[in-house]
Amino acid sequence: MRAAVITFPGSNCDRDMAVALEKVSGTAPLRVWHGDAALPDRLDLIALPGGFSYGDYLRSGAMAATSPIMRAVVEAAGRGVPVLGVCNGFQVLTEAGLLPGALLRNAGQTFICRTVPLVVENSQSLFTAGYSTGQQIRIPVAHHDGNYFADDATLDRLEGEGRVAFRYVETCNGSQRDIAGVLNEAGNVLGMMPHPERAVEDDHGGTDGRALFEAAIRQLA
Amino acid sequence: MKVRVHVSLKPGVLDPQGRAVHHALEGLGFSGVQDVRVGRMIELEVADDTTDATLDDMCRRLLANGVVENYRVERA
Repeated sequence: MRAAVITFPGSNCDRDMAVALEKVSGTAPLRVWHGDAALPDRLDLIALPGGFSYGDYLRSGAMAATSPIMRAVVEAAGRGVPVLGVCNGFQVLTEAGLLPGALLRNAGQTFICRTVPLVVENSQSLFTAGYSTGQQIRIPVAHHDGNYFADDATLDRLEGEGRVAFRYVETCNGSQRDIAGVLNEAGNVLGMMPHPERAVEDDHGGTDGRALFEAAIRQLA
Repeated sequence: MKVRVHVSLKPGVLDPQGRAVHHALEGLGFSGVQDVRVGRMIELEVADDTTDATLDDMCRRLLANGVVENYRVERA
């Protein structure tokens, strides 16, 4: 599998994402810098990692969304190339217009760093096919701006189209309808606040994130 | 030319920061504060011939997020 992990100034989970992809697929992903204008060719998967790109200036993910590589990511996503955005990567995807909604400051104002239960709402997508619908998994979250917001019409459409991928079992950060991860209309772009790359190896304290990578890699191989 | 862009959260969007500030004001003994919303003001120094359309484009594409924020452009 030919995957790429994008690094923005202030990304800090890019290495974790690369290690997870390599552990599961057996192939180290390519590393791409935000200032690059083009992506490597023939990519099977693009991953936008967590972190604090540009120090969260203006709004989380807003500056990164304007970086040269994001034009190429938007174009690739439009062609159907799978894109996974985790945490800050999810914020970048919403700011870039690849996913609906926005991620606001957590309702409780605090940074939340703990492992939380999620329910898999849609197991039909590229990234969630390794789970069953309704399955509960445990994945770490670590964010200050994870409070998912979209207007009611958008939320209804997301629910109706099966585009809510994951939901928090317990209210976590004030997200509308406890949404933890959403898919784009075509299903090839997933954004999620929880960190599946931090739940891949036994030493992580849980391996529930592994099935996400395995499913994507199995289908893309 | 100086331009100020005032960015505020749309009505209905929860503002936990504003709520915390509201709470702090009450803690300082200020009574009668009904609500607090925290926004952002961005000052730009732009060419004098910058059009309203260009300023609007800047706001829509970067300075404000139309999903959750309103903006107002003020030419100083």
